Amino acid sequence: MELLIPYEVTPRRDTGVNNAKLGIWLFLASEVMLFGGLFAAYIFLRMGADAWPGMETFDTHEMATRADQVLSVPLATLNTVILIASSVTMVLSWASLKMDNFKGFRLHMGLTILLALGFLVVKAFEYGSKFSHHVGPDTNIFLGIYFVLTGLHALHVTGGIIVNAYFWGPGTRMWLSGNERDKAHFTNRIEIAGLYWHFVDLVWIFLFPMIYLV
Amino acid sequence: MAEAMTVSDVKKHVRVYLIVFGSLLLLTLVTVAVSYFDMPLGPALAVALVIAMVKGSLVALYFMHLKGEKRVIMWVLAFAAAFLIGMFVLFIASLLDQEMVAVLLRVT
Repeated sequence: MELLIPYEVTPRRDTGVNNAKLGIWLFLASEVMLFGGLFAAYIFLRMGADAWPGMETFDTHEMATRADQVLSVPLATLNTVILIASSVTMVLSWASLKMDNFKGFRLHMGLTILLALGFLVVKAFEYGSKFSHHVGPDTNIFLGIYFVLTGLHALHVTGGIIVNAYFWGPGTRMWLSGNERDKAHFTNRIEIAGLYWHFVDLVWIFLFPMIYLV
Repeated sequence: MAEAMTVSDVKKHVRVYLIVFGSLLLLTLVTVAVSYFDMPLGPALAVALVIAMVKGSLVALYFMHLKGEKRVIMWVLAFAAAFLIGMFVLFIASLLDQEMVAVLLRVT
């Protein structure tokens, strides 16, 4: 006998939404607190520091007065554009399914995954340039919080890639079965995965100016 | 997001997504350009935060479909926001408290 879980795609009468959507939003609310706590730590550390970023620049070896003298704003800007673009392709992959366009879904989801991988490659270059100057999270407070915040964010990107890659590849079985109920279920999964992915984009939208620009 | 959407509804949504995409790119350029003005920390932080909040709202309202979302989701978010603000208030209050103590120590 098949076990049917109720309200997986249809809205519950009391909440007005399906359980998957309420579930992901509860998870995202906990994520708000996770990143919020680290943002609070960042403010605390920065306000308590005698100098910020409190380290020498890599080229002139003078004390840096701004974070952008030790971090690469062009690379971070590029990553911002990449992540925003990936959010758009993610939502377009969902819209494609809503229009019963599986090829469109495959294309946009594939682009989302590639853009996310691109984000990690750029991030690796950024980290690499720090390590090549023999500085890391243990160098000072500024780099400590920089690596923690961007590293935790990069872990979230990695998690998103794994989930999205599953839905791009083996997860499509559900859609390809042709059963209308399964197709609705798959579309819902993509919307839920999308909510997570947009949240990862949203966190970066705050991380980028706070760490690199101000 | 309403489950029963017609193809033309979705097409309208796609147009909105592309407009939001353009706006997000523009705001990214603005926030980077503004950072080159070398403003003092206070105004620089305020401008950066305002732009980030506008961008974040665009993502949440349109990509995450919060615009027109059910009340229960808004309650979950309001709950999280209340705790977040509470945490920031505690942090900042303790910082201000430390500064007050430092000032008092200097006076006495």
